[in-house]
Amino acid sequence: MLCQSCKTQTATIHLTEITNGHRVETHLCQACAQKQGLAIQTQIPLNELLSTLLSVPPEAAAGTPPSLQEQKACPSCGMTLQRFSKETLLGCPQDYDVFEKNLLPLILRTQNDRSEHCGKVPADAGRVQEKQMRLAQLRRKLEEAVRREQYETAARLRDEIRKLQ
Amino acid sequence: MNIRDLSKQPSPWLQESGPASDVVISSRIRLARNLAGYEFKPCLTPSRQQEVLDTLKTALLSVPADEPLFFFNIEEASALERELLAERYLISLPHARGEGPRGVVIAQNEYFSAMINEEDHLRMQVFASGQQLEKCFEHISRVDNHLETKVQFAFHPRYGYLTACPTNLGTGIRVSVMLHLPGLKMTGQTEKFFNAARDCNLAVRGLFGEGSEAVGDFYQLSNQVTLGVTEQEIVQNFSRNIVPKIVEYEQVARQRLFEDNPEAVEDKIHRSLAILRSARLISSQEALILLSHVRLGIHTGRIPDIPISKINELFLHIQPAHLQMQAGRTLSPDHRDILRAQIIRTALCPN
Ligand SMILES: [Zn+2]
Ligand SMILES: [Zn+2]
Repeated sequence: MLCQSCKTQTATIHLTEITNGHRVETHLCQACAQKQGLAIQTQIPLNELLSTLLSVPPEAAAGTPPSLQEQKACPSCGMTLQRFSKETLLGCPQDYDVFEKNLLPLILRTQNDRSEHCGKVPADAGRVQEKQMRLAQLRRKLEEAVRREQYETAARLRDEIRKLQ
Repeated sequence: MNIRDLSKQPSPWLQESGPASDVVISSRIRLARNLAGYEFKPCLTPSRQQEVLDTLKTALLSVPADEPLFFFNIEEASALERELLAERYLISLPHARGEGPRGVVIAQNEYFSAMINEEDHLRMQVFASGQQLEKCFEHISRVDNHLETKVQFAFHPRYGYLTACPTNLGTGIRVSVMLHLPGLKMTGQTEKFFNAARDCNLAVRGLFGEGSEAVGDFYQLSNQVTLGVTEQEIVQNFSRNIVPKIVEYEQVARQRLFEDNPEAVEDKIHRSLAILRSARLISSQEALILLSHVRLGIHTGRIPDIPISKINELFLHIQPAHLQMQAGRTLSPDHRDILRAQIIRTALCPN
């Protein structure tokens, strides 16, 4: 691939910058990258991180077939890790719990090894948390019901979730 | 107010000269929030997206503000109007070019804007001229607190405010400053600046240019870590440690530049002004490089008769959508170069 800037040298620096979900790819040779001050780009190439971190699910090592892991979808929004690794955006708040094992290494890498929020808490955090925990509980039950093919229970749970949202 | 009106007024935050404005053009703080009980943008159906839009629009318009607030439906705006809002930093390019029900609430003075259904349900930002991050934070916190009496945001006991992309998790805060660093550039020290930024976990981007290419020595510096530190720590670290240090480096560099090789620098400044005053065709890239030199000349007293606000204002008005709005029609790149040169000449010529 040729350098985008000078169009003569081979591009050796490939940058992917994700700004507000918009992906900008840049391919430059060493000289042009240096000229643009990009050789020391400080952005974390998110999709690169994702592909390395998500390609080896922790479960695979524990014996679960990787195909099952890849197919796991959020019961609330249907998001899968595969889709996330392509789009770099999650589907719903629930995904942080559903994919926690896979997301945590990514969070640690991008957040300077921190994973606990210590900033502002909403004034009504107690109420919100309660509701969100109840929702999480219902969603887990729903997932279970679907897996056991108990569709009547699943339908009831889905209605309950809708009402609570 | 309609979007067209905006194209004629200069952005007040670019018009004023806040603290340290020789180096810091402006400060901005952004907060990302999502409504509890809704999917994030990628999994939101159009009808749910409309619900999010209506809910947040109502909540935002109820925020007590000194200036009138306006809502614009981005889905219904023309392509040119959307690009114009992006050129004024009121919305992002992805928001301008996105799809589906989405909008923006803008304060008449443009210090505040809030995108609805961008990457997150809500992305609001507050601007200030020069280095005034703490003032921005105060303002945006006030808005956020008010919104939390009207709507519920998705919040996680461990991860804090939840965002569609895990890189914004926690506080959801993005603190950034627009910097003008011709001194560091001309003394070959930009690399040092980049390294220092990387060590502090900060992101550096070019300003005004496409992608991350820096044009005319303008940079945007922002925090990358949003989790595990408080909002106050992020803001104070920026405003009390990082920015003052950069301002000092840049000022020392400028001083050295004028001591070591005054003729060369002054030649650059005055030659740049002369070209801007007489060019008949000028690309935005060339204009930015020359305006950067002139801005340096004004701040170091070499060009006494041009106010800095005029230069800052030109940054906005020479962009493609602004030019075309002014012309009242779409223009080819060649015609834009002609109109751009004409606007700059008019603004900078002595009479
Ligand atoms: Zn090259
Ligand atoms: Zn989900």
